[in-house]
Amino acid sequence: MDNTELTNRLKELSGTNVRQCMKCGKCSGRCPMFDKMDVKPHQFVSYLADGKIEKLQNSKSLWYCLSCMECVERCPRGVAPAAVIEAIRESVVRPQGGNRLQPEEVPALLNDEVPQQLIVGAYRKYNH
Amino acid sequence: MQRIGVFVCWCGNNIAATVDVERVSEILSHEYGVVYSTNYQFMCSENGQQLIKTAIKEHNLTGIVVCSCSPRMHEATFRKTAEAAGLNPYMVEIANIREHCSWIHKDREEATAKAVILGRTAIAKLLLNTPLTAGEVGVTKRALVIGGGIAGIQTALDIAEAGYEVDIVEQRATIGGRMAQLDKTFPTLDCSACILTPKMVDCAQSEKIDILAYSEVEEVKGFVGNFTVKIRRKARYVDETKCTGCGACMNACPSKKGLNEFNMNLNTRPAIYIPFAQAIPNVAVIDPEQCLKLKTGKCGLCQRKCEVGAIDYTMQDTFIERNYGAIVVATGFRISDLKYFNEYGYADNKDVITSLELERLMNAAGPTGGTLLRPSDKKHPKVITFIQCVGSRDISGCGKPYCSKICCMYTAKHAMLIREKYPDTEVHVFYIDIRTPGKNYDEFYRRAVEQYGVDYIKGMVGKVYANGDKLMVQGSDLLNNEQITIESDLVVLAAAIEPEPSVRRIATMLSASIDTNNFLTEAHAKLRPVESPTAGVYLSGMCQGPKDIPETVSQASACAAKVIGLLAKDKLKSNPCVSHSDEMMCNGCGTCANVCPYGAITYIDKEFRLGGGKTETRRVASVNEAVCQGCGACTVACPSGAMDLKGFANKQIMAEVESICKR
Repeated sequence: MDNTELTNRLKELSGTNVRQCMKCGKCSGRCPMFDKMDVKPHQFVSYLADGKIEKLQNSKSLWYCLSCMECVERCPRGVAPAAVIEAIRESVVRPQGGNRLQPEEVPALLNDEVPQQLIVGAYRKYNH
Repeated sequence: MQRIGVFVCWCGNNIAATVDVERVSEILSHEYGVVYSTNYQFMCSENGQQLIKTAIKEHNLTGIVVCSCSPRMHEATFRKTAEAAGLNPYMVEIANIREHCSWIHKDREEATAKAVILGRTAIAKLLLNTPLTAGEVGVTKRALVIGGGIAGIQTALDIAEAGYEVDIVEQRATIGGRMAQLDKTFPTLDCSACILTPKMVDCAQSEKIDILAYSEVEEVKGFVGNFTVKIRRKARYVDETKCTGCGACMNACPSKKGLNEFNMNLNTRPAIYIPFAQAIPNVAVIDPEQCLKLKTGKCGLCQRKCEVGAIDYTMQDTFIERNYGAIVVATGFRISDLKYFNEYGYADNKDVITSLELERLMNAAGPTGGTLLRPSDKKHPKVITFIQCVGSRDISGCGKPYCSKICCMYTAKHAMLIREKYPDTEVHVFYIDIRTPGKNYDEFYRRAVEQYGVDYIKGMVGKVYANGDKLMVQGSDLLNNEQITIESDLVVLAAAIEPEPSVRRIATMLSASIDTNNFLTEAHAKLRPVESPTAGVYLSGMCQGPKDIPETVSQASACAAKVIGLLAKDKLKSNPCVSHSDEMMCNGCGTCANVCPYGAITYIDKEFRLGGGKTETRRVASVNEAVCQGCGACTVACPSGAMDLKGFANKQIMAEVESICKR
């Protein structure tokens, strides 16, 4: 898949129209993980629009995003930065075949402290 | 037998690039009834029109079909052309092969085929056309202006200046509108009241202008030149002819807890009040929701204090009916509701205010006497943060999709005025884009930055939250790629503006079209910007779209010019494409009169001969051609097929449909 194809595929996967962004930065204005992020939420939208996928795939931000959806909730243009981050994250996880969480690892992770939903959520997010 | 001429227009490349005009005119030349067919680059040009006139004469044409743009654009043009060549203007049909064809299709083959079908359809209709003659109707030389803000005031003054009578209907107790609430105006910073109130006084003093304040339009009947409007004069409980505006009643009133709408509810007023010092008419009004006498029957203090006996607690709403030739809508705007924007904390924090509230807090006649004090603790704010585009340019469903247009400039004005008056105050402005087109506008904004040191931050605020007596404004600074938090004392929101909601009701009464944002639609966005598509209805000010005061005043005067143009005419040509009833088929059922939106249909008893010396009296429909607008509702509703529209007869429409379906 060349970069144009990959960009289009990721735009489709994210289900969001990055062209609707008016570059106001409201998403980054309230992101609780902003300081940890090397690539900021608004940059995910503009980098994807520009097809700079590699920068996004190599970013640390992928693993810091909490998927709290505040950026999605607040966006005045109906753009979903968190969905873009999710799409990029999947594009990194899946081709590696490196399912981050194997089924057999799950029982060991279960204890009273960890809510089951978290394990299910992580299993969905980190697995092919 | 008709002799039809077909004229296919290229419209430069607008049509010719997508439609094979040569082929269209060739194919249509073989149609039944067509004796001449041609095409030309610009049919509406003088040469094009000459071509049509020559063809009409040389080929003895009895009717013409012009395949061109929308009839809304040039039907009138080609009717005049035909008339000049001696043809009845209603023997002209337009086939819209631009908006309905070339502009919306890409495939040349398909577009050409469709253009041919559209041309054939027009020919099929034209074959059944008959010459029609327009009648004449008189014009009532009086205009109605709905809304008494700066737009309505300027339009009324200009119409009165030309010598025509004007009534201003204003729903509030005084004229003046939003402009009366403003402190200073950009870009020259003159005092808003100082430039507005003389115009209000001019209205009051003009012999030609009748101000009907505290009134609402209740019902509109009629059509261009001949509207009849019913106006509700809401009960003031104060006799306008007696009240001198002395204010003794206000001091006497014991119920002083009403929210002061003029001051954006930032302070209170008595139950009987004059909205502001320069109100016109300068007459008190009683708020019936608040008045003790009206609610409980006990009190009456104001009546005892009133030396001229103007107060009447028994007053009721009254109705008046007047005739007008033209109606101007100048209903203005309001600040939109911020209920979907919890992130800015407007509902939770007294010190998060809108810009219009700030206007009152800075105004000498406002609740703080012109000293900028924050609403919560009446202290001087030392750090003020402005947030622009609150609810504007928002397609998420929470706000308005449009740019409110005036916020960039008034925010720069506020920031500048605050820095001028209180130089120890820090002022920040969060902006997405700065939009300052207009004479001396960008210079004005740059002055705020360069001369007054206002801190403009490119980015948007994500959250405003209270921390002790401070407001924390968290947002992004995009140019520095940082997330910042500004500890502020006062937060000012440049909230989106929206049309005054009562405009929907008024638009419905006037059959004036309105868009999804409740702005009234103009007849042509570029070429007829102050007219509604409904004849005789004109648009002035914010009801048509966001605009600032200079633009509003320009539009208001343009609107007045259009009204004067109408009122100056003694007679108007009426539309001959009206309904008529075939009395032999009418069974007198009354369905058509029920559906007629203009009240044009009445029933008469008519005697018919049956033969053999016998007669029969039957009830049949009769159409008042001066009132009928040719909408065709009756022709659809009539169960016996007696109602028909001249120029758009049922058989003509069926011929069109048949022609489209034919292969």
